[in-house]
Amino acid sequence: MPEGLRVGYFPGCTLKTDARDFESSALAVAGALGIEVAELSRWNCCGTVYSLDAVNLMPRLASVHNLIRAEEEGFSEIMTLCSMCYNTLKRTNNLFTSINSAVVADAPWRTAINDFLCLDPGYSGRVKIYHFLEFLREKIKPEQVKDLVVRPLDGLAVAPYYGCLLLRPKEIAIDDPEKPEILTPFLSALGAKVIDFPLNNECCGAYQTAMHPEAVARRACRIISSAQSEGADMIAVSCPLCHYNLSALQNATNSRQSGPKAMPIIYFTEIMARAMGLNYQTDAANMTPTSVPPGRCRASAWEAAK
Amino acid sequence: MKIILGNSHPQSLFAQRIEALSGQKLFACYQCGKCSSGCPMAESMDLLPNRVIREAQLNNGPVLMSCRAVWFCSSCFACAVRCPKGIDIARIMEAVRTIQMMDGKPITEQPSCEDTGTLPQIALVSHFRKFNV
Amino acid sequence: MTRLGVFICHCGKNISRTVNIEALRKKVSTLTDVVLAKDYLYMCSKPGQTMIADDIREHRLDGALVAACSPRLHGKTFAQTAQRAGLNPYLLDMANIREHCSWVHIDGAEGTEKAFSIIKGSLGRLHYAEPLEPFQSPVTKRVLVIGGGVAGIQAALDIANSGHEVYLVEKSPSLGGHMAQLGETFPTLDCSSCILTPRMVEVSQNEYVHLFSYAEATRVEGNIGQFQVTVRFKPRYIDETLCTGCGDCVPTCPVVVPNEFDQGLGARKAVYLPFPQAVPAVYTIDWDACLNTDKLIICENCYKSCEARAINFLMEPREITFEVGAIILSTGYELMPVAHIGEYGGDGYEDVIDGLQFERMLSASGPTGGVVRRPSDGRIPQNVVFVQCAGSRDPEHGVPYCSKVCCMYTAKQALLYKHAVPDGQAYVFYIDIRAAGKGHEEFVQKVMSEERILYLRGKVSKIFKSGDKLVVWGADTLSGRQVEIEADLVVLAMAVIPSSGSQKLARTLHIASDLGGFFSEAHPKLGPLESNTDGIFLAGAAQFAKDITDTVSQATGAAGKALSLLANDFIKLEPTVSKVEEGLCRGCGLCASICPFGAVTMSPSEKTGAMVAGINPVLCKGCGLCAAGCLSGAINLRGSSFKQIFAQLEEMV
Repeated sequence: MPEGLRVGYFPGCTLKTDARDFESSALAVAGALGIEVAELSRWNCCGTVYSLDAVNLMPRLASVHNLIRAEEEGFSEIMTLCSMCYNTLKRTNNLFTSINSAVVADAPWRTAINDFLCLDPGYSGRVKIYHFLEFLREKIKPEQVKDLVVRPLDGLAVAPYYGCLLLRPKEIAIDDPEKPEILTPFLSALGAKVIDFPLNNECCGAYQTAMHPEAVARRACRIISSAQSEGADMIAVSCPLCHYNLSALQNATNSRQSGPKAMPIIYFTEIMARAMGLNYQTDAANMTPTSVPPGRCRASAWEAAK
Repeated sequence: MKIILGNSHPQSLFAQRIEALSGQKLFACYQCGKCSSGCPMAESMDLLPNRVIREAQLNNGPVLMSCRAVWFCSSCFACAVRCPKGIDIARIMEAVRTIQMMDGKPITEQPSCEDTGTLPQIALVSHFRKFNV
Repeated sequence: MTRLGVFICHCGKNISRTVNIEALRKKVSTLTDVVLAKDYLYMCSKPGQTMIADDIREHRLDGALVAACSPRLHGKTFAQTAQRAGLNPYLLDMANIREHCSWVHIDGAEGTEKAFSIIKGSLGRLHYAEPLEPFQSPVTKRVLVIGGGVAGIQAALDIANSGHEVYLVEKSPSLGGHMAQLGETFPTLDCSSCILTPRMVEVSQNEYVHLFSYAEATRVEGNIGQFQVTVRFKPRYIDETLCTGCGDCVPTCPVVVPNEFDQGLGARKAVYLPFPQAVPAVYTIDWDACLNTDKLIICENCYKSCEARAINFLMEPREITFEVGAIILSTGYELMPVAHIGEYGGDGYEDVIDGLQFERMLSASGPTGGVVRRPSDGRIPQNVVFVQCAGSRDPEHGVPYCSKVCCMYTAKQALLYKHAVPDGQAYVFYIDIRAAGKGHEEFVQKVMSEERILYLRGKVSKIFKSGDKLVVWGADTLSGRQVEIEADLVVLAMAVIPSSGSQKLARTLHIASDLGGFFSEAHPKLGPLESNTDGIFLAGAAQFAKDITDTVSQATGAAGKALSLLANDFIKLEPTVSKVEEGLCRGCGLCASICPFGAVTMSPSEKTGAMVAGINPVLCKGCGLCAAGCLSGAINLRGSSFKQIFAQLEEMV
C-alpha cells in the first residue's frame, strides 16, 4: 500500500445529495488504496457549467473562490468526483496557468479576476485539478486494485461510459476524446469484461434533462442500446448527471417489447467498492433502474424515444 | 426571404457582437458541416449548428434572435473537438443565447417548479446557469 | 569608389504609392560620391536597363545602385545590365525598397524616410564592394532519378531518349509506384496498368537506363554538375541475374504476410513478386517475414525448389558510388493512415478502408479479382459511403491543404462501384467539389447524373460499428438536416502526404521541404520544377499532391530542366563564397565543424606549415556561417564582407 498519498477533495452539490453513493463508495475505495482524501473545509458551488462567454467575469468567480481556498488550505492537488465540477474547475484553473491556456480568448482573465477580487498577489494557478479517475491512473497501479479484490466480477460485462466533460474540450481531456479507455485497466483488475462501445463518449443530453426530457431520453435510449448490443451487463459512469439521465429515464417500462432492456447504471467507484468487499453507504433507490421513481412525464418521454 | 447586403445593411454588427462575446473567429468557418453531423441535440434544433454560424456570418440578426437551436445545445463540445478550423461552436451558441437574453427575448421557457421534483441539483443548477447573463 | 549612380524604380505604383520618389531622388543625389540619381517607371524594362547601361558608360560610373525590388527577383537582370555596360556585375548592388519598404508601409513620409535609409546603407555597402569573377565547374552528363513511379519512369525515359545516361533508383522491389495499384484512371477510365506497364518495360529495356530497384540513395555529396551518389542495394536474397521469374519458389514458402501492394487487403508469401507485371520480373525474399535469420537457416524450401539456383541466403547489402550532374526527385506520396482519425474508428474497423485499398478492390488483378467485397466477411456491399476530405483541409487534426485528387478519384470510384454493383447505392460526402482539370467537371457531372449517385454536402463527424453495419453520422447542409447512413463499406479519401522516406532524403540532399513535408520548389510560380538546391529537380507528388496528368507533365519538365543543364560542358558558379585570410587563421577548426556543406577543410598552410582553414568554392553555398562563427575574423564572405556589412549598418543607424 503506497504511503503518504494525500489529496484535497471538492465534492460539489450533488455528491452530498443525490449521489451520496458515489461519494461514499469513492471514499471507501480511496481509503482501501491508501489515499487520504481530505475534503476542503470550505467550499461552494463549482460554478456549474464553465462559462463560454468571453467577456463576463462573474460566472468564473465561484470556481476561483474554491481554488483560492484549496491553496489557502495548502493543497497542491484537489480532485473531484463529478465530471461537471472537474470540467468547470479545471478550465477555470487553466486561465491561471498560461501554459495550459490553449484558448487564446481566455488569456487575459488571470489579471482581471485577481484585480476584481482585490487579491494580492492573487490566485497563483498552482493547484492541480484531478478527476478521481485521472488521479487513480496517475497514482495507482491496476495491480494494487487487483490485490484488494475479494469478490472478483468473474467476467461481468461492464461498459464504461465517459460522456463529455472528462474528454472535451481537448485542453482538459483526461484521455483520448475519441477513444477513451482510462477505466479499462481498473475494471479488468476487478475481473470484469470491459465492453468498449462506440457511443461511450457521446453526450447524454446533460442539463437539457430539465427542459427537454424527450431529447435526453432519445440520447439515453441510443447510448444504452449501443452498450447492450455490444453485450454489456451494466454501464459504469463517472458523473451524477450522466447517472441520472441514463438511469432515471429508464423507469418501470422494461416489460415492453421494443427498445433496450433494463440496464443498471452504476458509478465506477461502486463497482470497485463491491469487488473489493468494502462497505459504503448506498442509496438503494439509485441502484437499479427498475426502482427509480418515475418522474413526471419521464415515462412518456422514454416511451417516445423508443 | 431575400438577404439584402451592401451599404444600407450594416454588415458586421451582429457578427461582431457574436465574435466579441464568444472570442471565436466567425469567418474561419468554411461551412463543412462537421459540427452539425455529430451534434447530439441537432434532431431537436430548428437550425443546425453550421447554419447558426452561417446566419451569423450573414449578420442575420432576426433569424438568430428567434433561433431555438441555441437552447438545445448541451455544451458537450463534440463539435469543438472535431471542428477542422478549431472553432469552439459551443461558445458561439452561448453568445447567441446571451444576445437573446441581453435584448430581452430568450426564445425558450424555464422549467416549472412541478417539473423539478426528481431532478438532481446538478441538472437544475447547470440548466439555470444558462439563464445567468 | 567615387563615381556612384543611383537608379530609383517606381515599379508602377508598387513603390511610388508610399515612397515620394522625387523627394527621395533629390535627397539621394546630395550624398557623397553620388554623381547621378535617376528614377524611372519600370527600371527592369528595356528602356530602364538601357538608361542604366548608358549612364554607366557615359558617366564612367565605378559603382551602381538600383533601388527597386528584391534582388531575388531582378538581381540577375541588373547584373547583366552592368556586364553589358562594362561594369563588373558585383559592383552593381540592389537596395530593396519594395518588399522591405513600400509594401509594408501605409504612410508616405515613413516610407520615403525608410527608403532613403535603405539606399544610404546600400551605398555604404557598395563602397567596399570588390569586382568578382564567377567560377567554372565541369558538368557530368548523367542524371540520377530517385523514385520509380510514373514520374520517375517518365523523367528517366525523357533523359534516356536524348542519349544521356540515367540512374533510376527505386526503393521497393518493382517500378510502378502507386499508379501500378490503380484500377482505372479519371476522367477517361483508362486501365491504369495497361498504360503504365509498357512504360515500365520500356524504361527497363532502354540501354541508357541503369535500373536499381530495391535500392536507396543513401549519400549524396557535391553540387550542381558533380554530385557523388552512393546507392545501397538491399539484399533480395535472390540473384537478379539468375532468377528467371518462374515463381516455383512461391508455393513452397510457408510464410504468409499481408501484401503491401494490395494495401494489406491480400496476402503474399515471404518470397514474392509484388504484382504480376513487376519490373524487374525477379522475386524477392522479405527477410523480415522469412523464417531464416542472418544467424540461423531454418527453412530451405524455396532454395530447394529453385532450379536456377538463384537463391542466396547469405546475400549482403552492397553499395555503389557514381557521379551525376543532376538529380530528379520523384519520391511520390502516400495516404495519411486511417488510424489518424479517431472519430472514424481509427484503424479499428475492417470495413472502413482508404481510397487506395478501394482501388485494389476495383483492380482486376487485385485481391478480390475486381469484385467489390467487404474485407470483414467478403460480402458484396449494398451501401457504400465515400467520405472526402478525410484528414485534408483540417488544420486542427490533419493537414491544412486540399489533397487535390480526392474529388476526382472518389467520383470515379463511385462510378466503378455502381458498374460493379448496379443495384447498390453509393453516397458521397463532400465539402466542395474541386474538379478543375480538363474533362474533370464533366466527369463529375456525368457520375452524378447518369449513375444517380447521391452527393451529400457535409463532413462526416463519426463512424461506428453497429452489428455488422457501419453507422455514418453526417449532415446535408443543403437541406439543413442530419444524415445517418447504415453502410456496409466506408471509403475514406485520406489526405495525400509525402512518402515516408522523403524527410530523410531531404536531409541527405540538403534540400528544403514545406510545412507539409513536400519538397519545396525554388519559386512557387517561376521555379516549380526546381528545388532550392541547384541541379536538383522535382517531379510528381513529391512536390505536392497531383494527378497522373500533372505528374507526367512535371516529370517531363524536370527532365527538360536537367537536360538543359547537361547541354553545357561547364557551369558558372557564383563567386560569392567564403574566403580565408590565412594570416589571421589560428587553425581552431570551428568553421569546419560549423559548415553544413562540408566546404571547409583543415590542412597545413603552404607558407607556414601551420593548420589553416581552406574553402572549396564549389561546395561553398555562401551562407556565411563560417564567417559569423570565426573567432578571429579570418573568414569573409565575398560580396558580404564584414567591412561591407558594418558600413551598411553605420549608414543606416
